[in-house]
Amino acid sequence: MYPPKFDYYRASSVDEALSLLQQHGANAKVLAGGHSLIPMMKMRLAQPGVLIDIGRIDELKGIRVEGDTLSIGPLTTHAAIAASEDVQRLATALSDAASVVGDLQVRNRGTIGGNLAHADPASDLPAAVLALGGEIEARGPAGSRTIAADDFFQGLFTTALDENEIITAIRVPTGQGTRVSAYVKFPHPASGYAVVGVAAVLDIAGNKVTTARVAANGAFECAKRLAGVEQALSGADATAEAAASAAEHATDGFSADDFMSDIFASADYRAHLLKVYTRRALQKALERA
Amino acid sequence: MAEKLFGSAIRRREDPALITGRAKYTDDLKLPNMAYAAILRSPHAHARITRIDTSKAKALDGVVAVFTAEDVEQSGVPGQIPVGWLLPNMKMPPRSLLAKDRVRYVGEAVAVVVAEDRYTAHDALELIEVDYEPLPAVADPAKAAQEGAPLVHENEPDNIAFDWEIGDKEATDQAFAQAAHTVSLELVNNRLIPNAVEPRAALADYDPINGKLTLWMTTQNPHIHRLLMSLASLGLPEHKIRVIAPEVGGGFGSKIHHYPDEAIVSWCAIQLGRPVKWQATRSETYMTDAHGRDHVTHAELAVDENGKIIGLRVHTYANMGAYYSTFAPAVPTYLYGTLLSGQYEIPNIHCRVQGIFTHTTPVDAYRGAGRPEATFVVERLVDAMARKLGMDPAEFRRRNFIPPDKFPYDTPVALQYDSGNYEGALNKALEAAGYEQLRKEQEEARKQGRYIGIGLSSYIEACGIAPSAVVGALGAQAGLWESAIVRVHPTGKVTVYSGSSAHGQGHKTTFAQLVSDMLGVPYDDIEIIQGDTDEVQYGWGTYGSRSAAVGGSAIAVSAQKVIEKGRKIAAHLLEAAEDDVAFEAGKYYVKGAPDKSLTIQEVALQAYLAHNLPPGIEPALEAVSFYDPANFTFPFGTHIAVVEVDPDSGEVKLLRYVAVDDCGKVINPMIVEGQIHGGIAQGVGQALYEGAVYDENGNLVTGTLLDYAVPKARFLPSFELDRTVTPCPHNPLGVKGVGEAGTIAASAAVVNAVVDALAPFGVEHIDMPVTPEKVWRAIQGAGK
Ligand SMILES: Cc1cc2nc3c(=O)[nH]c(=O)nc-3n(C[C@H](O)[C@H](O)[C@H](O)COP(=O)(O)OP(=O)(O)OC[C@H]3O[C@@H](n4cnc5c(N)ncnc54)[C@H](O)[C@@H]3O)c2cc1C
Repeated sequence: MYPPKFDYYRASSVDEALSLLQQHGANAKVLAGGHSLIPMMKMRLAQPGVLIDIGRIDELKGIRVEGDTLSIGPLTTHAAIAASEDVQRLATALSDAASVVGDLQVRNRGTIGGNLAHADPASDLPAAVLALGGEIEARGPAGSRTIAADDFFQGLFTTALDENEIITAIRVPTGQGTRVSAYVKFPHPASGYAVVGVAAVLDIAGNKVTTARVAANGAFECAKRLAGVEQALSGADATAEAAASAAEHATDGFSADDFMSDIFASADYRAHLLKVYTRRALQKALERA
Repeated sequence: MAEKLFGSAIRRREDPALITGRAKYTDDLKLPNMAYAAILRSPHAHARITRIDTSKAKALDGVVAVFTAEDVEQSGVPGQIPVGWLLPNMKMPPRSLLAKDRVRYVGEAVAVVVAEDRYTAHDALELIEVDYEPLPAVADPAKAAQEGAPLVHENEPDNIAFDWEIGDKEATDQAFAQAAHTVSLELVNNRLIPNAVEPRAALADYDPINGKLTLWMTTQNPHIHRLLMSLASLGLPEHKIRVIAPEVGGGFGSKIHHYPDEAIVSWCAIQLGRPVKWQATRSETYMTDAHGRDHVTHAELAVDENGKIIGLRVHTYANMGAYYSTFAPAVPTYLYGTLLSGQYEIPNIHCRVQGIFTHTTPVDAYRGAGRPEATFVVERLVDAMARKLGMDPAEFRRRNFIPPDKFPYDTPVALQYDSGNYEGALNKALEAAGYEQLRKEQEEARKQGRYIGIGLSSYIEACGIAPSAVVGALGAQAGLWESAIVRVHPTGKVTVYSGSSAHGQGHKTTFAQLVSDMLGVPYDDIEIIQGDTDEVQYGWGTYGSRSAAVGGSAIAVSAQKVIEKGRKIAAHLLEAAEDDVAFEAGKYYVKGAPDKSLTIQEVALQAYLAHNLPPGIEPALEAVSFYDPANFTFPFGTHIAVVEVDPDSGEVKLLRYVAVDDCGKVINPMIVEGQIHGGIAQGVGQALYEGAVYDENGNLVTGTLLDYAVPKARFLPSFELDRTVTPCPHNPLGVKGVGEAGTIAASAAVVNAVVDALAPFGVEHIDMPVTPEKVWRAIQGAGK
């Protein structure tokens, strides 16, 4: 639990952080809440020579409603997201997810930017951002670009982010008409991370589901959409029964090899849990309609 | 005895320092010129060491020294880690401080770095080059017992450390042959990793001028550590070693044992002539603290046509790990086989236990030590039999309990239970739980597709094991008495020196309660000293729920001696016959003339001034005792767990937990309840969450708290506690001990509840930890 030596810089602006990143290259890591990076360093699984602390850059904090978009600074903590009335109202799946991350201490320190950038397969926020159709704004030496959440999560601890880029905002469309959403998880009894977590976002008109976006983390090497469920639900009745039968399609299109497996939960069992938790997420979202 | 504080839930005097962060643990201590040690550990379960090169590590700036087994050998110290309990014909492989040419478990110490700071010490570990030639390993005791399994100790013919039995085999076999019904279960008692809040630590300081070593360490028994350090590890004379237990943050057994690490740190301090500190990381404790349990058992129960138990037959493979830890051989034998009668009248019992070496961390006493394993066997079998007979599990227990009029009761497995009222505790628990109503609710819930289960566990515990002559005959290389000095100072204030060594239990509170009542001295005038071999005369320490029953009794005996000496002095000063002087509430007075009196404080002053003492009485007012109990004590009780199983996901929710315990007289109910709460949490942990997992190659897969699940507060309901009081008949306090009761009872109660919940699916058993996946598979596999 004693990390090797590293140099520490505290950046006071995004520009400064970017130029430090540029200067130190692959040897450097950005530090946000430190709740994924520091444990890895203490176990000597990560050994960056340089830490660039972005934790005090105010422009990267906060939650704003901009028209039909919710814009969240990457340094916003899980606790702040969970407590935000705007998020609760406009992107409920995300506040649900943020409220069940780890424990209180973790939620008070961990940030959404760090959570998405780290891309732990068992993290809670990726599925929510993915199901909500969010996008990630990143800035690098060549300027800003926007990456759809659908393209962002690429594999185990792997994202579309370049080494010299920093996440500068997470944007989530709030939808038109009646949008309800929810996130439910099966927490690992030791780590608290998601064995399986499912986010469901449903647009409802009349008694019908017009569009459904459903995503899961925990089950796969990274957060993924559940296309079978989405198809089964689009145009379906907005009822618990329809949700239950759609949930049976949670594993459609995936093979046994796609599921994570460990001593706590085998691939088989995770596939089963995915259906159970998909049903629960859909039903919880529907209860909010 | 005037009972004023005895029985009152006063707040613990330990807590203000603990909760304000002022308490000093080993790692809080700093000495001038102190260096830091870090220990290189084997990444292999089994390998030959072909080369160790420490030159790069030694060359690192800030490194003071790097040592290997060869250096320890050359220093000429004995360098051994001994075993403190011997069984007939057991194998005796040696264990040294550092591994030399072979490692036998992941985590075995291979080299030690001493550096100016901790970070450098850990950096240097990565610079030590060790060439390992990996060898086949075996972690599972049942597999390691088979012929052809990789040998843990290459000079032995097999991995069977010992083959022990108790009870009458022939008679038991006969009982089974005549049985009306039998049940059998294959039971795995899962391996547990202790999780004391404070990981192990040591700070060693050697004074080369007078040749004395002072060692602050996380210990439950400083005198045992001093003895073993002296005899086996360091070779320093005992009077030149001072072991101090500063504040110790829990142990659960893991800080009883004598490990290589603290000895290595001491040896380094002696070599270097400067203080050396070592603080284990949590991951290090996971690899090196002696683990608990790890049994593979085949168990059978036989009843006659009236549903009366007539026989119990048990065969157990008990995992010892790679080496014997200090008291390891005792745990699956004399603390397990002897407890298999439970609360029941069982005429015939036979138990065979094979201790097995494997390429894993050594296994030793962990909260409950053998008794949770025994309770699990008995209580699972009892439930299985009740189900087979179609009988309510409470009724089946009742029918087979040892009735209150049969005490003292001799079991067929060597113990004599001195007292008990098992049905009383069962009935109280059933009532508290609302058992009949619960059964109705269970019935209703099942109709709605909800699976509620009710599990009973009626346990017996043997604690405060003694007398010393008996445990010696069983193989203990230790006495199990306890000592106390009660010293009344000239001003009437009192210091008590106790051989018990608390590490969270609150002895400073309970012991002061006792002494205050007995001597009639204000509670705040009493100080309790423990945990320092230079201050305390001798002591065997705190474990096995022995501190109140044995340590507390020693204090009571000393206090009584003080009272008697005071009586002689008071009688002399009051010019009365000794027999005419009464002592009550801190006052000596002449019977029938209560104004002719002296307070104990006044007597104390006179005792020290010694101007006018009766002939033959020495000055001062203090007494020492070395109290050796007449027998074990036998706490008991019934616990009831209520669970709900989610048949979709397999998740188990503990809805209620009712515990009725009988630990004899209760000194401080709050502390007793605290012990029961923690104990239950640990037992529930074993039942539902915890389990050390080794892979095929002997790697510890559950190496951190990310994978090893300890129960969190939010997993647990508010416990519903009650008690019955059957005083211990043979000690002066009537107390029995309560440190392990919760852990002993809880795992069986919870598993019985889960199996009960799943009865409609035909599920008959699920191994611990009962994880959601196992439940789900059991439901899939059983088919409605
Ligand atoms: C005990 C514990 C339990 C936890 N349980 C959960 C849980 O149940 N669910 C869950 O989802 N998470 C859990 N976490 C993880 C927690 O949510 C982390 O805080 C989060 O994953 C990372 O955020 P951070 O701000 O701490 O990032 P850091 O640890 O500071 O950084 C993580 C990674 O992201 C990079 N990074 C950070 N910010 C940016 C940025 N703006 N742009 C580019 N790269 C960036 C860093 O360089 C680093 O590689 C747990 C953590 C702990 C310690």
